[in-house]
Amino acid sequence: MQNLLIIENLEVHYYTRAGTIKAVDRVSLSIKKGETLGLIGESGSGKSTLGLSILKLVPLPGRIVGGKLLFNGKDLVKLDNKHMRKFRGRRISMVFQDPMTSLNPLMRIGEHLIETIKTHKKVTQKEAEERMALLLNEVGIPFERSKDYPHQFSGGMRQRVGIALAIALNPDLLIADEFTSSLDVIVQFQILNLMKKLKTSYQMGMILISHDISLVAEIADKIALMYAGQIVEFAQAKVFFEKHLHPYSEGLLNSVPNIQLSDQKLSYIPGMPPDLTHPPRGCRFHPRCPYATDICREKEPPLIEVETEHMVKCFRYELRK
Amino acid sequence: MTEIKYSASRFIASKLKSICPRTVIEYFALIGFIIILSIILMAIFAPLIAPYNPIKKVGELLESPNSKFILGTDGLGRDILSRIIFGARTAICVTLLAVSISLSCGVLLGLVSGYVGGKTDNIFSLVMDAVYSFPGLILAIVLAAMLGPGIVNTAIAIAVIYTPTYFRIVRGLVLSLKESLFVEAARAIGAKDRTIVFKYIFPNVLSSIPIVLSLNAADAVLTLAALSFLGLGLPAPTPDWGFDLKAGHAYLASKIWWPSTFPGLMIVLLTLGFSLFGEGLNEIMNPELRK
Repeated sequence: MQNLLIIENLEVHYYTRAGTIKAVDRVSLSIKKGETLGLIGESGSGKSTLGLSILKLVPLPGRIVGGKLLFNGKDLVKLDNKHMRKFRGRRISMVFQDPMTSLNPLMRIGEHLIETIKTHKKVTQKEAEERMALLLNEVGIPFERSKDYPHQFSGGMRQRVGIALAIALNPDLLIADEFTSSLDVIVQFQILNLMKKLKTSYQMGMILISHDISLVAEIADKIALMYAGQIVEFAQAKVFFEKHLHPYSEGLLNSVPNIQLSDQKLSYIPGMPPDLTHPPRGCRFHPRCPYATDICREKEPPLIEVETEHMVKCFRYELRK
Repeated sequence: MTEIKYSASRFIASKLKSICPRTVIEYFALIGFIIILSIILMAIFAPLIAPYNPIKKVGELLESPNSKFILGTDGLGRDILSRIIFGARTAICVTLLAVSISLSCGVLLGLVSGYVGGKTDNIFSLVMDAVYSFPGLILAIVLAAMLGPGIVNTAIAIAVIYTPTYFRIVRGLVLSLKESLFVEAARAIGAKDRTIVFKYIFPNVLSSIPIVLSLNAADAVLTLAALSFLGLGLPAPTPDWGFDLKAGHAYLASKIWWPSTFPGLMIVLLTLGFSLFGEGLNEIMNPELRK
């Protein structure tokens, strides 16, 4: 299958008074058409910044300083704001974390949808309205509610509106940033099912940014694990959960609570994620890694392709290859 | 059928209830509104209401209030009641003009400045703060003296001193709104800057404006009166409360109180109307202020 988006050595830096924060540090990824990539990592690992940088909406003082974003072969990094706007919403769209605040409080949700459609397509009011009705039906909101304001909806319903907005123009790629984090578990499940349904019917590529590993496991085809601005492991979802290699993946998956274990003690990864203004020398994970050796403290490990489509950034697998 | 009647009557009752004030302060708003409305009506229908021509000598000089001249006559033998009624035109005209000029300039500049940010914002803010730092009345006097008399000129002089108020409020709100998630979401959808400013930010700013508007109008009435009192308002024969107050002021020493008292009362009344309305609105629109 054809690659939809290829990210090559992308670097995003935040220039703050305390120093330069390398939030995304030489990240390379690829997503095929209709494929779902789960991007997981702790808070501050740079996953949200990576998501926003694909739309070139990194908030100031952040900037994309290097690398390429090849979307259907076209480098988005080189596009100016005017051309980039044609991609936003139309080809690449985004579902936000907090459905409570991501809708204009003074715009009826129907208007919201029509506005979005009309931003990109020259259609008549009637056509836009028809499309709106279709979209509302698709995400399970009764048409009568199109005249309601966002505050009249519950969190789950608002997230449905958010999803309707994101798919309004049949995008090729949907970036969903923690899109279920502020919802309760049952609503999460409903929204997740909706996403699964839409994913197949719309044939969209999807980047699912989350720290909720079990959620990602439900829907993702591939998984990329981020740590301190870098991808440390990249694999098919099944491979990742069964045969993960990186010590960080191991620590992370061990810290998912499991009620069936007799030992009820919750394991965790000791230490804190590094300060990205002064990342540790060598491998960024070494201060917290149980297997760290001298070389880890000195040299940065390369991203090693252990098998096809399974990459890991760790010296332990260099020899094996 | 009875059900429909029932629901209809309930609907009417609820509508009535929503108009009726619930707290004392809401009565204030209502009273303020009535005062403003009646003065505006007075201004509109001045030729029909006024018993005499306001700029012609119609009686003896300085007649005390009597059955022919209810509020007496002034130093030039003109009917004070008629002058007060026509004076409402001046007051309302200048106030509304001044408030709308300052409102539109302040809001527009605030939107642009807050949204664009950077150097543009610095420059606009600096200018506005400079204007704001002057004592309002003194700046208005300087401007009025420079521009010369006339309705539009006086309105501009007054408008300049109130523009920074709107600018500050709007800019502050825009600064916080442009960082909000729904604006970011609008960007992610690919909305143009103009769409974001006018469809996403502006409507959310709008709700905080009416209160300031009303309170500023109260202030503007006083400023206009002060300018006219100092002879910087409108050219002489035009009926103008501040000017009449000044003219009547000379006779106070000889216990001739009517030429100055009535215009003065009108100034107080209109100011009170705008303040009450503004304060009441503030209370109604800000439920947090309620007990």
